[in-house]
Amino acid sequence: MQSAQTSFENIRKDFPILGRTVRENKTLVYLDNASTTQKPNQVIDAITDYYRNHNANIHRAVYALAEEATELYEKTRDKVANFINVKNRDEIIFVRGTTEAINLVAYAWGRAHIKEGDIIVTTEYEHHSNIVPWQLLTQEKGAKIEYIGMDDNGELILDDLDKYLATGKVKLVTFSLMSNVLGTISDSDAIISKCKNAGVLTLVDGAQAVPHMKVDLEKLGCDFFAFSGHKMLGPTGIGILWVKKSVLETMNPFHGGGDMIREVHKYETTWNDLPYKFEAGTPNIADVIGLGAAIDYLSKIGMDSIRQHEIDLTTYALEKLSQIKGLHVYGTKDITKRGGVISFNFADVHPHDVAQIIDAEGIAVRSGHHCAQVLMERLNVAATSRASFYIYNTKEEVDKLINSLNKVAEVFKL
Amino acid sequence: MSNADIYHEMIIDYSRNPINYGQIEDHDVTFHDSNPLCGDSIDIDMKIDDNKVSDIKFHGKGCAICMACSSVLTEIAKGKNIDEVKKISKNDVLGELGLENLQAVRIKCALLSLKVLKFALYSYLGKHLEDSQDVDKLKEEAANLY
Repeated sequence: MQSAQTSFENIRKDFPILGRTVRENKTLVYLDNASTTQKPNQVIDAITDYYRNHNANIHRAVYALAEEATELYEKTRDKVANFINVKNRDEIIFVRGTTEAINLVAYAWGRAHIKEGDIIVTTEYEHHSNIVPWQLLTQEKGAKIEYIGMDDNGELILDDLDKYLATGKVKLVTFSLMSNVLGTISDSDAIISKCKNAGVLTLVDGAQAVPHMKVDLEKLGCDFFAFSGHKMLGPTGIGILWVKKSVLETMNPFHGGGDMIREVHKYETTWNDLPYKFEAGTPNIADVIGLGAAIDYLSKIGMDSIRQHEIDLTTYALEKLSQIKGLHVYGTKDITKRGGVISFNFADVHPHDVAQIIDAEGIAVRSGHHCAQVLMERLNVAATSRASFYIYNTKEEVDKLINSLNKVAEVFKL
Repeated sequence: MSNADIYHEMIIDYSRNPINYGQIEDHDVTFHDSNPLCGDSIDIDMKIDDNKVSDIKFHGKGCAICMACSSVLTEIAKGKNIDEVKKISKNDVLGELGLENLQAVRIKCALLSLKVLKFALYSYLGKHLEDSQDVDKLKEEAANLY
């Protein structure tokens, strides 16, 4: 049997981009996976194959190509359902990404159910995509948005949730399963069971979690779940919204147009069945098929192996980073409570300067507020540097990151 | 030239020990702006006497490039009359620090303070009823700096 280490080394061959050099002939070290991931040949080929051999619009025409395209598209819906353990495929809606998924809920569910005085609860470590749609909705409705605070360890303070639930005004609690800045894995069991006891719906942003660990929606027990294809080896522009059928049935359409209707008359229209009621217009067929290939690829490796690989890398990186004088890592050090996302600041050097100096060594990390300005305010920093891992990253790449940080220390005379 | 080579001595020094850093309590004009993508954030306060920038200070948060350029810019502007300050160009700032070839993604770090200065001047002149055509030109220039 192959050791886990060897099989992860072989993975790199599938990603053509990892073979290229950047800047002055430096091998690319790609550590911005929380932002987007690279694509294996299998995904690139699936998209090309669709355009070369099967391109046609879906759901309508009766000719052979249309039938093939429809089958490839709908087969991915089954793959998604199976991947996140959803029994009813009609609850899976294809959207552009997590951002559109959350906006769809804020619009189609929120407009039907949120009234003046209601409260929507989110958290201090959310991405802007899980804050701004709720600000828009609550401002329109005269409702309120409240935040579950975060402690200095980067974990949510669930007493805050109790306090808000006790008001009896909370209609929705929305939180990310894994923070895109700190990597903190939220205590979803505790949050969702508290909400269930209070009869409050829950939305889980799975954009950072689904690519990196086994997610089982049946076990999770939330009402809405969103994630993006491009953070899990798939193409950009495709994501998933899952909504529990009993909730989905209470929602109005999001976009009006073709494919989402049953009958259109001059002054009235009836809606198509679920999930098509929420998929107006010609969808992103090619990228849905690409996402299907990404799911196949991840399933073959196994989500538990992927999580273990990232635990190994993150543990190694945290240990190495802790040896650099003046470097501060944010968030919990408990590896069971965090994913492979490491945010840090290096003495008084601004993250953009860190990123630029290590970019010259071929190392791609993100610097900035990571679309989480509420969290930056909570941490009292303008920005952080962030390294985030995926299946193709290696300990040698972590070593290169560490060496490049030593260059930063040299330049800034730390 | 490597992209890391922009971090020469002068930039590191200015970022560590920015000059004209702080606030002016009795300023005649103050302006604030930030770069939404990177979070750099700069305020400039000016004291204006006899049509001259008699004092100028900046404060805020930013990377080494942003801090160094703000230091240089405020140093250039200090003591100059308003017409001269209006004419300060991006190359005056970039040239001073050898950043003429700065990559596009960092140019906004370098020029944020110049944008803030131009807007501050615009708001000062607007209040003091200068030639309105000139004021609008200044505003347009500030808005299109990067």
